[in-house]
Amino acid sequence: MFAKILIANRGEIACRVIRTARKLGVRTVAVYSDADARALHLEMADEAIHIGPSPVGESYLRGDKIIAAALATGAEGIHPGYGFLSENPDFVDQVTAAGLIFIGPSAASIRAMGLKDAAKRLMEKAGVPVVPGYHGEAQEIVLLASKAREIGYPVLIKARAGGGGKGMRRVEHPDDFSEALSGARREAKAAFGDDRVLVEKYIDKPRHIEVQVFGDSIGNVVHLYERDCSAQRRHQKVIEEAPAPGMTPALRKAMTEAAVKAAKAINYSGAGTIEFIVDASQGLKADRFWFMEMNTRLQVEHPVTEMVTGIDLVEWQLRVASGEKLPKTQGEIALSGHAFEARIYAEDAAKGFLPATGTLHHLKFPDSAPEGASMRVETGVRAGDAISPFYDPMIAKLVLHGKDRHAALEALGTALSQTEIAGSTVNTAFLAALAADADFSAGDVDTGLIGRHQQALIAVPPPSSEIVAAAALAASGAGARAPTDDPWSSLAGYAHFHSVARRIRLRYGEDDILALVSVRSDGRFQVALDAPYDSANLFDLRAAPRLARWLGHVTVFEGAVGYSFAVPDPLARADEIAAGSDSLRAPMPGLVKMVRAARGETVIKGQPLLIVEAMKMEHTISATHDGTIAEIATEGAQVTDGTVLVRFAEETHG
Amino acid sequence: MPTLTSNISPASDTFRANAERMRALVADIAEKAASVERGGSEEARERHVSRGKLLPRERLAQLLDTGSPFLEIGQFAAWSMYGEDISSAGIIAGIGRVEGTEVMVVVNDATVKGGTYYPMTVKKHLRAQEIALQNKLPCVYLVDSGGANLPNQDEVFPDRDHFGRIFYNQANMSAAGIPQIACVMGSCTAGGAYVPAMSDETIMVRNQATIFLGGPPLVKAATGEDVSAEDLGGADVHTRLSGVADHYALDDEHALAIARRIVKNLNRKKQIGLALRDPIPPFHAADELYGIVPTDLRQPYDVREVIARIVDGSEFDEFKQNYGTTLVTGFAHLNGMPVGIIANNGVLFSESALKGAHFIELCCQRGIPLVFLQNITGFMVGRKYEAGGIAKDGAKLVMAVATARVPKVTMIIGGSFGAGNYGMCGRAYSPRFLWMWPNARISVMGGEQAATVLAVVKREGIERKGGEWSAEEEAKFKKPILMKYEHEGHPLYSSARLWDDGIIDPAKTREVLALSLSAALNAEIEETRFGVFRM
Repeated sequence: MFAKILIANRGEIACRVIRTARKLGVRTVAVYSDADARALHLEMADEAIHIGPSPVGESYLRGDKIIAAALATGAEGIHPGYGFLSENPDFVDQVTAAGLIFIGPSAASIRAMGLKDAAKRLMEKAGVPVVPGYHGEAQEIVLLASKAREIGYPVLIKARAGGGGKGMRRVEHPDDFSEALSGARREAKAAFGDDRVLVEKYIDKPRHIEVQVFGDSIGNVVHLYERDCSAQRRHQKVIEEAPAPGMTPALRKAMTEAAVKAAKAINYSGAGTIEFIVDASQGLKADRFWFMEMNTRLQVEHPVTEMVTGIDLVEWQLRVASGEKLPKTQGEIALSGHAFEARIYAEDAAKGFLPATGTLHHLKFPDSAPEGASMRVETGVRAGDAISPFYDPMIAKLVLHGKDRHAALEALGTALSQTEIAGSTVNTAFLAALAADADFSAGDVDTGLIGRHQQALIAVPPPSSEIVAAAALAASGAGARAPTDDPWSSLAGYAHFHSVARRIRLRYGEDDILALVSVRSDGRFQVALDAPYDSANLFDLRAAPRLARWLGHVTVFEGAVGYSFAVPDPLARADEIAAGSDSLRAPMPGLVKMVRAARGETVIKGQPLLIVEAMKMEHTISATHDGTIAEIATEGAQVTDGTVLVRFAEETHG
Repeated sequence: MPTLTSNISPASDTFRANAERMRALVADIAEKAASVERGGSEEARERHVSRGKLLPRERLAQLLDTGSPFLEIGQFAAWSMYGEDISSAGIIAGIGRVEGTEVMVVVNDATVKGGTYYPMTVKKHLRAQEIALQNKLPCVYLVDSGGANLPNQDEVFPDRDHFGRIFYNQANMSAAGIPQIACVMGSCTAGGAYVPAMSDETIMVRNQATIFLGGPPLVKAATGEDVSAEDLGGADVHTRLSGVADHYALDDEHALAIARRIVKNLNRKKQIGLALRDPIPPFHAADELYGIVPTDLRQPYDVREVIARIVDGSEFDEFKQNYGTTLVTGFAHLNGMPVGIIANNGVLFSESALKGAHFIELCCQRGIPLVFLQNITGFMVGRKYEAGGIAKDGAKLVMAVATARVPKVTMIIGGSFGAGNYGMCGRAYSPRFLWMWPNARISVMGGEQAATVLAVVKREGIERKGGEWSAEEEAKFKKPILMKYEHEGHPLYSSARLWDDGIIDPAKTREVLALSLSAALNAEIEETRFGVFRM
């Protein structure tokens, strides 16, 4: 076993690897970029080495710096995690050349599976079924189009070097082929620097089922059953599970055998995943699955396999990489129960799943697994950490295991509804809606499910009056101060006879809300709201709902939905004060050196209007707000302090 | 501590009758409170709101922390005094919490005669300042006033305790380290201009607030200059050019947020020098107070029944229980704060007065605040008592009360007559707060006694001249006196003139006392030095 390894990754996977390493007594070295200078993975590791600026190209993709860090710290092996350099055979060569061990497959295995068409030919040769398609070198549009016709529409255009849905296009009709092709090429070029594509049969009710395999250096290969990753949106996995719902013994046997065959064909060592596409249009049949690609690394969704097999895949990676043989034989690997993984992302489902950024001012996962289930929360962030635009906006993976699919799914729903995140837009409500989707619950999944149900899945009901009232109460500061025994604290709302309501302003999306918060004679708070909300709701502070206060906002959690309200700060109105004045004045006596706007001209806020030279310094006078200039000083004029230099036209403010 | 046992029966007819009467009194006062809380006329309020201004009580709520208690003072000031409704004397005052700090808030109500200062307005403003000074409470003035009420200038302007005293107080409070903050939300003319100008920090609301010594009409008259109010003394002028004000606010809400920020930055922390306990509610229910007090003030009842419904756990450590029994003295806790309670349980005798003086000495020695539960017809009269020196024993009690430097809070729960008022810390003895129950009566003596005394004098005069005076004539003579005393002894008459700080609901006695005492603890408890006790 290694004494020390370096983890060439960040976020949850770095943390995940460190945990197992620590369990095995292996010391760890983390690497980090500028943006990650205070990240959780550094805190967990024994040592941490800075490898460059925030962009991945200058840090986490810099194999040379990572190898140097490993050498400098005396690490013997490098664990690549997933993504970044995990499937880069040149990096593997460099690691090996530096006398270090790459914790993963050989460069040759990666190369063999790296180009999809070559991989498919290899698989065909090994007797693994592949999807009908064209994987040739020739890339002329006419040829590709004729191949598409041969395969039969609908077809799928995919980047040869790709993965993760980049450079992928589904084409329904020959007329759309050329446009789709150029789009796929553009994306492929941008993502992988290689615009070559392949064309495949598009399968009608496709399911994405993958088989986890594991090989060692002495030629043993086992499988750890399958995972179903059919719940995808735009080819991005959302919720994964193991085993696949509705899996038949015959299909499982056929798929796992094919997977082991595939791994053996390339002398695979370490953790790998064979992805298959399965045609579920007539139920799961043993002859309706085809090889798609092999991921020569640990998958994001590997925890579901760990949950149902009880095997620590990272531990196996470390053992195999350090030369040990596989800890278990195929016969010793059993399936138990059912597991789900939900990927919590900073993204805006309502805006087409646009990635979001922001600081996670409030981050709270369930304290414990729901009754009868077990849970893992895989995360690389803490409350207060930021989701930066530099990296994948994943916040956490919630992994739930139950005795069967129903129990596990219910546990997932519960865990999602107990998760509280505020500070960035997140997809927890979407995940919970998917977990509760009737087809998904029934196990009737395919890769088109989310697309078909998208409107319902992303629909968030407007906040109820209770939620708005709770937000208003929180925004009002009621209960924000820890109560004390001082009667001025404990006798809330005391008045000799009648108390008066306090006005609280909130903004939900584009809506301004005025709430009136008062205290009743029994000490309970009362919140009155305008239409469309109920006009009177009573709230007892002791039964306060789950909520978070953060940076000018209040987020109220109901189920897996976080309703965030902005609380406008009346003090943050400096701009309006500037905008409220209709004139700009000279800051000190001087000379108008340059006038850059004319009378009648429409200017925008921040636009330089003129320059005053005074005390040998040039002072630029800029527009404090958008508006039209009614008067402006003339060039060369001598001014004293307070002289009006610019006057805005009346209608621009008020 | 021993727990007081109650000997009353809430099921008894007497209790029910008492409770019914007291509830009616409370309901009447609450209704009158609601009417003064509305402020000026519907029309005036609409005009005010149409200018984008918040109503005075809305301003108050916006300034205070959500859920802050508001210990209002002088709610019924000017009640039926000026022949027109001058609600709360056109000014709202009281203590509330801002950013966790207790402050005295004084709010002009421009919907009441333009917020002009009637004599009672001045008196109330000064009373609010007196409370602030005694209890070291920062002052926040929400200014919106036309200044002195000109028709009443003789009762508003020239005397010591008139308009000028407001600024004198501001200066001296500021000197004593008590912050003075003004938020100008409307006009602030002539002498009124000194409220913001004399403040430590001042806010002005644009297009609403104006500060000038002479308004546009006066300027026009004096110099012929035509100038708008805003250009003469608006927020822009004063925050940018003159420096009369410090903060420029866009509207009422903005201004009040700035005021809150100012208080937040005051760097004040309440230091309580008392051994506090965890508060526990009284063992006996507070609303039973309604049924305890007899409908007839002359009817005696055990004041311990009242104490049992005010103090923590109804626990009361009585002092000198068997001596001078018409005055009940003892230690208790009120919302966790130690207090010495002095309560009348009948007419005062020499022994009661001596006991009271002794107890006050104890409390001053130990730094324990005093609560007076006043229900007193007076000192015992008669040859025996005069010869026994009741005057000098009464004087000892008055000496102790007058010079005690611990916080004193007085609650008039029944009669407040004659020298009893002095010995039990009446208004003249500067309790930090003085509150009244709606059933209370206050006058130099009871109406019956006064009428009888006057009748006796009159009869003597008539009979000296050999005349005769029939019983009917005597009754006819006494009736207007009785009515005058009843009218002038009423709590509303008292409250209107600020002889007290307000009429309260008896069921809230504990809350009012707790808030009063806690507010008083913002000032350090001083050492007491008594004068010469006549022995």
